[in-house]
Amino acid sequence: MGKVSNQVHYRITPKRKLLDLNFPEIWKYRDLLFLFVRRDIITVYKQTILGPLWYLIQPLLTALTFTLVFNNIAEIPTGKVPPFLFNLVGITAWNYFSQCLTGTSNIFRANAEIFGKVYFPRIITPIASVITMLFKFGIQLGIVIVVYIFLLSGGFHIHPNLKLFLLPVYILIMALSGLGLGLIVSSVTIKYRDFGFLVGFAVSLLLYISAVPYPLKEVENKIPEYAWIVNYNPLAHVMEGFRYIILNTGTFNWAWFVFSFVFSIILFLTGLVLFNRSEKIFIDTV
Amino acid sequence: MKSILIAENISKQYRLGVIGTGNIRHDLKRWWYLKRGKEDPFIKIGEKNRQDTKASGDYVWALKDINFEVKPGEILGIIGKNGAGKSTLLKILSRITAPTTGSIEVRGRISSLLEVGTGFHRELTGRENIFMNGAVLGMTKREIKTKLDEIIDFSGCERYIDTPVKRYSSGMTVRLGFAVAAHLEPDILVVDEVLAVGDAEFQKKAIGKMNTLSSDSGRTILFVSHNMDAVKSLCQRGLVLHNGEVDFAGEARESVDHYLSNYRRIPQIQNKINESHRRHKNSRALELLSISSSHNDLHTRSRMCFDVLIRKNKNITFPVCLTGTIMNFSDMEIGSFFSEEIYVHQEESTINLTIADHNLAPGSYYINLTISKGSLKNAHLSEVDHAFEAISFEIEMKERNEYFVNWKKNWGQIYFPSEVKLKTDI
Repeated sequence: MGKVSNQVHYRITPKRKLLDLNFPEIWKYRDLLFLFVRRDIITVYKQTILGPLWYLIQPLLTALTFTLVFNNIAEIPTGKVPPFLFNLVGITAWNYFSQCLTGTSNIFRANAEIFGKVYFPRIITPIASVITMLFKFGIQLGIVIVVYIFLLSGGFHIHPNLKLFLLPVYILIMALSGLGLGLIVSSVTIKYRDFGFLVGFAVSLLLYISAVPYPLKEVENKIPEYAWIVNYNPLAHVMEGFRYIILNTGTFNWAWFVFSFVFSIILFLTGLVLFNRSEKIFIDTV
Repeated sequence: MKSILIAENISKQYRLGVIGTGNIRHDLKRWWYLKRGKEDPFIKIGEKNRQDTKASGDYVWALKDINFEVKPGEILGIIGKNGAGKSTLLKILSRITAPTTGSIEVRGRISSLLEVGTGFHRELTGRENIFMNGAVLGMTKREIKTKLDEIIDFSGCERYIDTPVKRYSSGMTVRLGFAVAAHLEPDILVVDEVLAVGDAEFQKKAIGKMNTLSSDSGRTILFVSHNMDAVKSLCQRGLVLHNGEVDFAGEARESVDHYLSNYRRIPQIQNKINESHRRHKNSRALELLSISSSHNDLHTRSRMCFDVLIRKNKNITFPVCLTGTIMNFSDMEIGSFFSEEIYVHQEESTINLTIADHNLAPGSYYINLTISKGSLKNAHLSEVDHAFEAISFEIEMKERNEYFVNWKKNWGQIYFPSEVKLKTDI
């Protein structure tokens, strides 16, 4: 006969708590987290000819397009930094944020099958998605470095800022805001699918008010009456700051840095609470 | 002995109909009530989960005040009609969805098996999928590693273990999935009718494995099934659900009997075919409308006659074939019949179905009917419409077959006519 411990392992009850993250349990499932990440990385480019090269082609081509449109046609100045590198850095940062966002925003629908059949801490899936994106981001940061070195040897005077040590914090801010927003969208989408459609084009529009293809200060110069839209957008300061520490271009301001950081934490916590609520009702509404 | 699992007052409420505009209003109202510390305004309403009547309210109780306990090492069978609440209870036990009220106390590690091969990815190899599936079911990498050889061996997929599972046959995929599941080591295992998939040999293997799990290592198992024979042979105790409530709890055998005698009423004289008889989608170019019997008392080797009314919904030119499977009330397939090719011309027509010389032993049976395109000759039948539990019949014991007066259960369901002569020297 099986032994029965006196201790109640857990209790299945109607859940009403605002936030119950069971950290020991999440830790117990760390192998699953790792396997999800591995699966997502190795299965995406199966049966493609170029394989992981796609990780490189997308940012390079986008940077090229931006350079042609914004710098050559629209003549937006990028200071001493070559426009191509300026755009590449911006796009790399933006890609990480936007992919964290889109990757987690449909987490429920993408995993409906598996969520309906087996229990594991649901939060594992969005975390896995963010880590997968981090891997991609690492590769893309690698190209930035290659282009950087190439341009340096080509005689351009570019160098990172001393505040480069803030890089991990910037990555964290991007991950937290992307994840937080994604979790919020995913939670709302399970009942009202309209938001799923919204995300697709909202992200591509958001790019333009987040100072990705232009320096923050250019908005002040060109359209001062609308500059507040960009100025009060925490993401714009993340993009500007990210470029600042890597390329030593643009502006940096500790107040805005802290603002973006706090903002990302608030987004993340809000997302977590909503996600926590949705994971319990999701299976009954999907 | 202390119970390993105690369920108290488990209820689950669902909202009926389409989730839409009314939803946001209810959400706001509920939020407003809860905010002021009041009870959920919609929790008081809701009706019994009866699927045969049209609901008048918006809310329905899929489960209502379910109480039960499970002792360690016990195998509990949960039975009930489709829609009785079995799946909902299973989902709550597996923590896939939370109950609306009530609580379940669990003293041990619980694993649920609602499907084999959950989390399989087509592009990954068999070996990679063993890790994936094992981790989804709650095993650690180390645990899987130590059992890897055993799992591969049990699955019988050794040759293909480094091939992506998209190249696997469906049978192999199921075997691989079950092999992983069979090596789980929870204190409590919750199993859905996953055993319904796979061939007979596989089912036997699966049931055997569950038996050894329970007898050798004292594992507690909650088993949901339609297969009454499996419940009877595997479980010690049974729980019959009906319209979301516990209708009977007791020994497995008694529970099965209670269920069969109360809830499986399939008409014997005439039956209209409706949606409750259909389990999946068909084109329904031809539709089964009703079936009625035109025989009198039946006994072994007597002739059975049925009239099947069908309607032509589309102008079809191909021949069709009426096939059926005779089932016993433990849901075991006894045998099947196939008609010749039929060309249907009129919009509504009646097919006369006669089964002669059937050799069925005394007992109760029912028929699952199918109407298919094509014929047995070219060995390709594609379903047009079907009806589960279309009609039932009873083979009686008659004087003519005097041997059958005491036909015993363990004699099986077929009577074999035989001749015995004593060989003597001339």
